[in-house]
Amino acid sequence: MSEELLVVKGLFASVDDKEILHGIDLTVKSNETHVIMGPNGAGKSTLGSVLMGDPRYKIDKGTVKLSGEDITGLTPDKIAKKGMFLSFQNPIEVPGITLSNFIRSSIEARTGEHIRVWDFKKRLESLMKVLDMDPSYAERDLNVGFSGGEKKKAEILQLLALSPKIAILDETDSGLDVDAVKTVSDGIREYKDNTDGALIIITHSTKILEALTVDRTHVLVDGRITKEGDGSLVDDINENGFENYLR
Amino acid sequence: MAQKEEKTVVNDIDRSFYDFRFEEKEDEIFKVDEGLTEEIVLEISKEKGDPDWMRDFRLECLKTYNELSFPQWGPSIDGLDMNNIITYIRPKEKKMAAKWDELPEDIKNTFVNLGIPKAERESLAGVGAQYDSELVYHNVKDETAKLGVVYTDIESALHGPYEGMIRDHFMHLVPPTDHKFAALHGAVWSGGSFVYVPKGIHLEIPLQSYFRLNAPGAGQFEHTLIIVDEGAYCHFIEGCSAPKYNVANLHAGCVELFIEKGATLRYSTIENWSKNMYNLNTKRAKVEEDGKIEWVSGSFGSHVSYLYPMSVLSGRGAKSEFTGVTFAGAGQDLDTGTKVLHNAPDTSSYINTRSISKSGGISTFRSSVVVTEKAKGSKSSVACESLMIDDDSRSDTIPAMDIRTSDCDIGHEARIGRISDDTVFYLMSRGLNEEDARALIVSGFADNVGKELPLEYAVEMNNLIRLEMKGTSG
Repeated sequence: MSEELLVVKGLFASVDDKEILHGIDLTVKSNETHVIMGPNGAGKSTLGSVLMGDPRYKIDKGTVKLSGEDITGLTPDKIAKKGMFLSFQNPIEVPGITLSNFIRSSIEARTGEHIRVWDFKKRLESLMKVLDMDPSYAERDLNVGFSGGEKKKAEILQLLALSPKIAILDETDSGLDVDAVKTVSDGIREYKDNTDGALIIITHSTKILEALTVDRTHVLVDGRITKEGDGSLVDDINENGFENYLR
Repeated sequence: MAQKEEKTVVNDIDRSFYDFRFEEKEDEIFKVDEGLTEEIVLEISKEKGDPDWMRDFRLECLKTYNELSFPQWGPSIDGLDMNNIITYIRPKEKKMAAKWDELPEDIKNTFVNLGIPKAERESLAGVGAQYDSELVYHNVKDETAKLGVVYTDIESALHGPYEGMIRDHFMHLVPPTDHKFAALHGAVWSGGSFVYVPKGIHLEIPLQSYFRLNAPGAGQFEHTLIIVDEGAYCHFIEGCSAPKYNVANLHAGCVELFIEKGATLRYSTIENWSKNMYNLNTKRAKVEEDGKIEWVSGSFGSHVSYLYPMSVLSGRGAKSEFTGVTFAGAGQDLDTGTKVLHNAPDTSSYINTRSISKSGGISTFRSSVVVTEKAKGSKSSVACESLMIDDDSRSDTIPAMDIRTSDCDIGHEARIGRISDDTVFYLMSRGLNEEDARALIVSGFADNVGKELPLEYAVEMNNLIRLEMKGTSG
């Protein structure tokens, strides 16, 4: 029996006094893979950001629990330390810190322990191999001048290095060519195979899901979940679009 | 989109690290009266044993000083009353030491606290240390001296074989008529360094001067004169600090750099004066054919700064690079930038600056690029970026260009921004707390300068930023 990892109850959230999420309920158990689909502007990315504690959104009502602990309203760093990870749709360029140093600082911030540079380097190198990343990227400034594909790979590299309890992947496949989608989904499988972590995949397309077993699909329309089902719902939407789930 | 519920307020920090001061007894120091009169100028001149021409030059400068008016265009200097400034002050026991142990205990401890002797042992070819008005320590490593490199205090040089060379250069590049504080400098200058790097000598290890103004209400007027002869290379570093007082202190130094044919000089400064300092410093370099000046400038301290190192490109193919960062916190009004005069064909200048303001600090970038008719085929690129940490701070950009030939390539780019909430969220989502995330963004923003500095100074700059960013959770 897997435990209930993430429990979201009646979540309302707004930005600039405009309500975007109107009562979201979501339960994710460890080891599960959930998919959130929905038309543009439905609030999918907002949901990811709110769960990660983005201070620009205000939680008006509802609770978020991670491993039974109430994390509603915590700052992103505290939520991160409790085991959540968000892969950004548009990873941010940050000059002045290398990808490698950033990942190492993140691990140290999360665990509060110092890691030996040599051990870390070895591990990072092997993870970069999985993602077919040129090792020179480790010493480049975080995302600065990376192509769209390299940025997404760098996100998945962070996912693998940090091995969180639960990872939200926000449109990780968007803007990638077929080969890059394949590499990224190999990376995601690596995460699934080596941890009992859960995944919430926010996506438009199904390419990234091909190599994964989907446990649960949620359709998000206008800030509400309008339909839920198992993995077959993905195929249904793929064929018929969201028409049937708008209300 | 972005929503902030409250106005961002950034607390100021404790920078007392630089505020330590070993108390001297009144009877152990020699100083002139406050203010500026002919008697005082003559007293300084006599005290220093000037050659006659220098004494006359000082008096001439005083006259010019009285004729010129205070600048009307920059930050306010109303808080500076020249009648209250002590222009010359030194320890009574006047002796230049070549070993740190020969210095009076309190002075030695001051520099030990600042880490200078350690830096000298580890990474410098020569060190000069000025304490108030006089250089108190000077030493050049044997290997450096053997190359024929001269690095000495300017007073000793005036009484030796280099007197003629000094007379031919001293305040020729920055004439006393340039502005009121240049005239003031000419009248009461004291201390500073003279460097001569002979033809073809590549001095790979840097020389350093450290300026410490310890006395309240005093002024520091050191003169730095560097001549890098044909094909030679030198890196000169200056550092400055002072403890904080409630009265105004004044720094009106002057730096004159002569870069001969095919020579290169790198001039790095980390300025961290206390926040009661009026920093009205003048720096200028004259670059001959195929020569190059590289300015690296970090301005962190002072209450008010006027600082625009200038490059005069007077030989074909001469180059200037200016890399600067300015950080203005509470109560600081820092007006910094650079000037370039392209006065020969195929010259090039490259200006790249970052300025940061927080807690009500004002940071102004001011630049002037002049390309004369003679400067055909010249290139200039100016890029300045400003970052405001909170809503109380201010940042201005005033780039001026005067281009007199169409045969040149000029580029300009300015950007003013804030720390983006997106970036803070991104870094925090990986586990970094807000303070670390913000400090990291600011260090990254200033990284162009950090990369140009020798490692230990880059570390010092990052520490200063970290210190300044403490308690900035918005």
